[in-house]
Order: sequence, then C-alpha cells, then structure tokens
Amino acid sequence: MTTSISVRDLWKVYGPNPERIVGSPDALLSRSELRRKTGCTAAVRDVSFDVAEGEVFVVMGLSGSGKSTLVRCMTRLVEPTAGSVSIQGEDILHADASRLREIRRSKFSMVFQHFGLLPHRRVVDNVAFGLEINGMRRDQRHARAQEVIELVGLQGYEQAYPAQLSGGMQQRVGLARALASDPAVMFFDEPFSALDPLIRRDMQTEVIRLHNEVGKTMVFITHDIHEALRLGDRIAIMRDGGIVQVGTPEELIAQPADDYVANFVLDFPKSHVLTLRWIARPATSDDELRGPELPATMVVRDAARTILDAAGPVRVVDGGQLIGVVSTEEVLAVIAGVHA
Amino acid sequence: MPRLRNLGRGWILTASIVVFVVFRTVWSGHWNFPLDRATLTPFHTWLGSLMDSVDANRTSNPLMANIVEVLRTAISNFVTMLQQLISEPAPNASYPFIGWLGVIAIVGWVVYATANWRVALLAMVGFYAFGALGFWTESMDTLALVIASVVIALLIGIPLGVLAGLFPRVEQVLTPFLDFAQVMPTFVYLMPVALFFLIGPASATIVTLIYAVPPALRITAVAIREVPIVTVEAGTSLGTTRWQLLRKVQLPQAKRTIVVGVNQTIMAALSMVTIAALIDAPGLGQVVVSSLQKLDVGTSFQAGLAIVVMAIVLDRATTAAAERVERESTGHESRRQWRRPLLAVGFVGVLIAVYLSHTYLVAAQFQGEGSIGVPIANATQTAADWVQLHWGAATSAYTDWVSTWFLNPLQNALVNAPWFVTAAVVLVWACTFGGRRLALVAAGLIAVLVGTGLWSDSMVTLAATFFAAAITVIIGVLLGAWMGRSTIVDRIVRPVLDAGQVLPAFVYLVPFLGLFGATRFTAILAAVVYAAPASVKLIADGVRGVPETIREAAVSAGASTWQQIVKVELPTARHAIALATNQGLIYVLAMVVVGGLVGAGGLGYLVVAGFAQSSLRGKGMAAGLAIVVLGILIDRITQAASRPRERAEIGATH
Repeated sequence: MTTSISVRDLWKVYGPNPERIVGSPDALLSRSELRRKTGCTAAVRDVSFDVAEGEVFVVMGLSGSGKSTLVRCMTRLVEPTAGSVSIQGEDILHADASRLREIRRSKFSMVFQHFGLLPHRRVVDNVAFGLEINGMRRDQRHARAQEVIELVGLQGYEQAYPAQLSGGMQQRVGLARALASDPAVMFFDEPFSALDPLIRRDMQTEVIRLHNEVGKTMVFITHDIHEALRLGDRIAIMRDGGIVQVGTPEELIAQPADDYVANFVLDFPKSHVLTLRWIARPATSDDELRGPELPATMVVRDAARTILDAAGPVRVVDGGQLIGVVSTEEVLAVIAGVHA
Repeated sequence: MPRLRNLGRGWILTASIVVFVVFRTVWSGHWNFPLDRATLTPFHTWLGSLMDSVDANRTSNPLMANIVEVLRTAISNFVTMLQQLISEPAPNASYPFIGWLGVIAIVGWVVYATANWRVALLAMVGFYAFGALGFWTESMDTLALVIASVVIALLIGIPLGVLAGLFPRVEQVLTPFLDFAQVMPTFVYLMPVALFFLIGPASATIVTLIYAVPPALRITAVAIREVPIVTVEAGTSLGTTRWQLLRKVQLPQAKRTIVVGVNQTIMAALSMVTIAALIDAPGLGQVVVSSLQKLDVGTSFQAGLAIVVMAIVLDRATTAAAERVERESTGHESRRQWRRPLLAVGFVGVLIAVYLSHTYLVAAQFQGEGSIGVPIANATQTAADWVQLHWGAATSAYTDWVSTWFLNPLQNALVNAPWFVTAAVVLVWACTFGGRRLALVAAGLIAVLVGTGLWSDSMVTLAATFFAAAITVIIGVLLGAWMGRSTIVDRIVRPVLDAGQVLPAFVYLVPFLGLFGATRFTAILAAVVYAAPASVKLIADGVRGVPETIREAAVSAGASTWQQIVKVELPTARHAIALATNQGLIYVLAMVVVGGLVGAGGLGYLVVAGFAQSSLRGKGMAAGLAIVVLGILIDRITQAASRPRERAEIGATH
C-alpha cells in the first residue's frame, strides 16, 4: 500500500507572532499555560500521521480539540503555522496560489458540516460547480454531474433548489459535488453532525458503499465515537490540539493509550470490534486442545456461539500457527464489558 | 463593586445639575455670548470673505477649474440629459423627449418586469397622480434628480461596499467618513457644497450623494460579510479564483440584501433631493419650500402629497423587487410560462406609448393637470384657516402653557448660564460616560463651538433639541413597551412607523404649520414625528427581545403587569432605550434646524438666513459648523452612555 497523505509536525497557533512558539520551549507547555504565558492558542500542535491509498482515516475529538482546524490546515483553508502536508506526493504548503487552485480542482475535495451549498443554484449546478469553475463546457459538466447524482441516489431532484431538500438530501448534494471532479482524496468535516440520528446512519452506510464503489482515500472528521469506529480503517483521537492515539478500532478498544481514550470507547460494545487475537490466552497443560479451531481475525461477537457451545477451550490460529485458546470466561468478560 | 459605581455615576450627574442650576442663577446673563441676529463676529466676516474668494477664483484656481468644475459640468450634463428626457424640453424643442404617457408606460413595464403586476399598477396610478395633483413637470424633475443621484450613488457605493465587505481594513478606513456623513444633519452641508459646485442640479446631486452613498455602501458590505462562511470555504476548496468566488458564490447570495440597500439608497435620495430645493434643486421640494416660506399651507400640502406618493411608489416597487429576487433565487417563484411573452408584448406597447408621447401633444403634455390637486389644496387651506380661527386660542393656550412651564425655563437656563458652567457640566458628563479621552474630545468640540461665536444660538437649538428628544423618548417608551408586549399592537403600528420613516423629512413640517403657524412648535413637533418611528421601533424590539424566561420568572414571582414593565422589561431593555435616545437626539437635531424655515430660531434660522442674504453667508456657514459640532457632541456622549456599563467603566478607570 502506498502512502496517499503524509502530515509531519503540523502546527497551527493563533495569536500574536505565532511562529515564535513552534520549536521554542513554550511549545511544550499545555494549552492553557501557553495561553496564559504568551496569549497564543495552539489549535493544532505537532501532529504527524500518514494515510494510505484507499484508506478511511478518521480524526475523532470533542469540540475544541482542533480537528476542524487540522482538516482546514491540510486543505489550506487555514494557513498552518509550521510543518508539512503532502497529498499524492505533492507538498501542499509550498504550493503558490495558482498551483493550490489547481490541486484543489483536481486532487482533493471536501464535504462540509453545514453543506455549504449555494442557495441560488439548482442541484445539478451545485454538483457541477467545481467543474464549472474549472472551465468545463456546460453539456459535459452536466453529463458528469448526472453521473454522480445517480451515484448518490439523487436522480429526480436535479432541478430542485437546496432549500427544497431535507438535510440528508442536501448533504447528498454536498457528497455529489465533492465526487464530481473525481478527486483522489476526499475530506469530510463532520458531514453528518447536523443530521438527525436515523438519517446519519443512512448517510454513514452511503459513505461505506461509496468507498467500496469508488475506493477513494478519505479523511473523515467526527466527534462521534460510534461513527468513527463504524467508518474508520484507522482512527486518530485528538485532544487539546494533539493526537493522543492512532490505531485501528480494535487497537483503540483493546489497548487504549490512556484514560481519555478508554473513556471514549467505554460504552462501545467491545464484542463488535475485538477479535479473538486480543482475548486469547496461552494454552496451559490443563487445556484439552481438541475443540474447534477459529481464526484470530474473527470478531468476538461472531465467534461467541461456537465458543459457548464448545465443550472445552477453542483454539485460536493465525496463519496455521496456534496463538492461544479462548474459553467461555474470556467471551463473557468481553460481552459483559469487563476487559479480561 | 458595581452597585457603588452605579450610585457614584447617578450622584455625579445629579450633583452636576445642581451645581449648574446654582451657578446659572448666580451668574445669570453673564459670560453667555449674546449675539444679535444681524451682528457678525470677525470669524463670520472672515468666513464670508473666504467664500467670496472661492467664488472669485472659480476659473483661475487650477484645483477649482480642473476638478471641481469638470465634475460639476459632468454631473450637470447627466442631470440635464435626464431632465430633457422626461421633464424639461431641450433648447430646440417645446416638450421633453418622452411625454407623460410614455413615462407611465415605461414605469409600468419596468415595475412589472422587476416586481409584479399589482405594484406595477400602483406605480402607474401613482405617476398619473403626479399630474392630477398638478405637478407633473416638478415630479419628473425630482425623479430625474433621484435617478441621477441613485445611479451615481450605486456606482460608488456598491463597489466600495464589496471591497469593505471583503477587506476589514478598507472598512476601517471608510467607517469614520460614513459615521460622519450619517450623523451630520443634512441641512448643514448644503451651503459648503453649493459654495464649490454652485446652486442647481449638480450641487443637489452631490449633497444627495453624501446622504445616499453611506446606506448603499454599508448594506453592501454587510451583504457580502453575511454570506455563510461555509459556502465561501466550499467554493475555495473547489479551487475558485478570488474573482470566481466573488462572482459565483458571494455576489449571488448577497444580491437580496444589496437590493434592500438599493431601496434605502433611493429613499435617502428622495428625502435629500427635496431638501436640496434650498440650493435651487428643481422639483417638488421647491414648491414645498416656497409655499412654506409664504406660509401657504394648501399648496405645500398639495406638493407634499405628491412627494408622499412618490415615496410610496418607489418604496413599494423596490421592496417588491427585492422580494422577487429572494423568491426567484431560491426556487420559490414558479416561473410562469406566459410572463416572458407578456413582457415582450408589453415592451412593444411601451415603444408605441413613447412614440405617441413624443409625437402627439395629448400624450406629451399632461391633460387635466391639477384636476384633483387644486381642490385638495383649496380644501386644505380652508381646513387650516378654520383650525387657526377656531382652535387658534386652544393651540396657543397649549403652546403658551408648554412654553411657560417647560421650554422657556429650559431655554433660559441654557442661554443665560455662563458658557464655562455649561461646558464644565458637559465635560463632567463626557468624563463620567466615556472617560478622559471623550472629555478631551468634548473639550475640543466646545472650543470650536465657542469659536463660532454662536454660543447663544447653539443653546437655543440645544434646548429645542432636548425638549423634542425628551418627548420622542417618552413616546418611544410608552408605545415601544406596548408594542413589545402585544403582537397585535405591533402589527398595527409598525407599518405606520415604516411608512413614516420612508417620507422625506420636509413633509412633516406641513401639517404642523397648519396647526401652529410659524412658531418653534411647528419645528419641534415635526422633529418629534420625524424622530419617533426610529425610537419606538428600537424600544419595541428591545422589549420584545427580553428573554421569555426572565418574564416568566417575574410572573411566577407574582409581579403585576406594571411591575413587569417597570421592574423587568424596561431595565432589561435599557440598552435599547439608550440607543433610542441617541438616535432620537440625532434625528431631532437634524429636523429642528430644518425648522429654521418656518420660524424656529437658533442655528437653523441662521443657516436659512445665510442662504437668503449674501451678507450673512459667513454667519450661516458658522452656524452650519456649530450644528455639526453639536451633533457630534451629542452623538459621542450618548453613545458612550448607552454602551454596556462594564466597558464604559473600564474606559473610565484609565
């Protein structure tokens, strides 16, 4: 897998002379101390991560954690104070204005929390907007808009105005607009936070389906841990501008880096995410290793029936290698919410 | 310790008034700069000679010849072109290019195209009424001036407004000028502009621009800034250039608000164009001015009615156009199939009407001019005479009573007090409300006021202003609290207030002239009527804005209706009341000086006298300066007083 996005040592500091903070001893201060001492606020502090081609990378954090600023720095809607961002091998932060426009028109696109649709344009012209500013001919861009409108399930609403659509439908227009230029990378800034829970779930399913169909690299910002765990191949948890932990949903639940992360994932049904690898214990001489054999990558929920029905412990194998056994106690511990 | 601070502030204000009363009684009539109406100070003479030298060097001074004169000629030609189109015949013709039939047809078509057929009908009837009232030519002159001013005002205001909306720094630079142009009573810049651009249409257009550009500019800037940031980000993230962003994202969404700005600009222009009659602007304003000066109530009412009709037509047409823009741009207006062909047919009709009105006398010259206007004028005059005759005793008893008990004591107090006592009180107030910085500004302004040599007249104007503003605020609190509490009252009163704000200030003098004749009361009451709508609306909105929970808490604590109003709603809305006082004072000052036309004394009279007699030009100019100084002084102090307490206190401590 090749790297699609690479973020290194990214900082965004608001306040007087923000450049002096980065690299100085002050950079090590906590957010509130920094503010008291220098009058500056570090919205994003020293963030580094990579996103692989075709991956869904979720940035999760509460409001004020800097996640929205982070995504705006990556697209340069906000100018970062220091660091580097490269997308598809191109250094974004050193692009001049016209190159930046070029990149925005071709390489990535963005979906916004409050949709950002233009109220004076019909759906089809909203979707085709990016193509229009890129100078594509009217019939061509309408043909392409029609394709993506069908892709997001909006056929029949081409001539409607945004105000005539429900919130979920409006965000489908936002999705279609972002897909229209066929970008390599899509950024989602809390796209479903403004929608009610049922619609939100539909839209998440829609994103999963789209990801399967078009296979784009996606960077997804959210404050909802369930959304993060549902969509993310990997998740970065942010707090006070920095990244606390990056990992797969499984890793976050099985090995939270600190209490902050642990608290987030506390309510999430672990059996839905954890695989047998995480709960297997080494076999002892007492164990009868005659029971069924299950792969280490199977999630606990799917394995539960087999394990509970088995007479003895079940063997967990990874690539033909025995890595341990799982018995009824371990499964019950996970399902009951107590991590063994 | 906010409580102690509050006490301190109230105490200082009361003490300063007591000290003022004591000193003004002891030193009454001393050091108060009395000045005869015809007497000039050296400053006035100097101003007069300065003006004379501007006149004399009109063609020799390179600045005057190359900039002022070029500008004047260009604007003048533009207005003349419009006049020859609809109102005044060109030198070699006997009728304007388009006669009444053509004008009415064009108006109907344009209003239908931009708004709807109902308003188009209203507009056509309204335009017909100009002729029927007896002022077709004058109305078209006024319209030509309004069109010229609005076109230029929008050409200046919209681009600058866009810049101000996009770049905060541009806005910072422009704001002081806009504030100044809006605080300054319209009356006072007539003379300086007329000095440079001569009396006539060019000056009229320029003074109107000073008044009409600020709303266009401000509203455009707001419109651009109000565009949701997320759509701007969405556009940027798709790779728009700055120009594409402006043209395809920001301007289309700002369009509706900008059209509201156009409406405001048109109404401001109409208001100013009528006042510009004082510097010889052609049109309806001149009829009003000359009949006001002759105390001819009938004719001034007749012409005032024509102005009201024009105000209503212009306001309704642009408001309806704004609504149409709103509906069309968000898909709520179903585009009707037959609209386009109808417009095309109508356009042919318009061309025919224009041709007819260009060719045939019947369609060129309004038929039955004054057919309803003259009877109206006669009836009004009869009514006014009857009122004067039968109610004269009652109204003069009333005015005597108010004079004896309120106005005269106030005026005597201000006029007879030594200037430094009054100045000291003003400085104490400035310092209390706005800190040392404001006190310094106030000191400078007072120095200028003393320097104009018109201290005594300024105090006369100030007394009238205080009195009228007090009435305005009382009306504002009573009516505003009522409207704020009752949706039904609000729904009935608000349209009346809206209509009141649309009318040019001038018109208000007319009915009171009929009631009170040429006295200062006419000016004061006209000022109250002119200023009240803004104050009432501000207070009503303030009371309405009182959070429901606060109100419920008071009710559940067992407060009576009276207690709710006095102890909860008005205190919570005190910021709105302070703002209403500020606006009331500024509006009233603007109008009180216009009252100089109908016998009110003070600075306004001196300005008018300056127009009439060239020997008093310098003094009139000085009076204009004094009005500006008073306006800024009142505005700064009341604004500081209306600012939230905490901030004012921080200002006061350093």
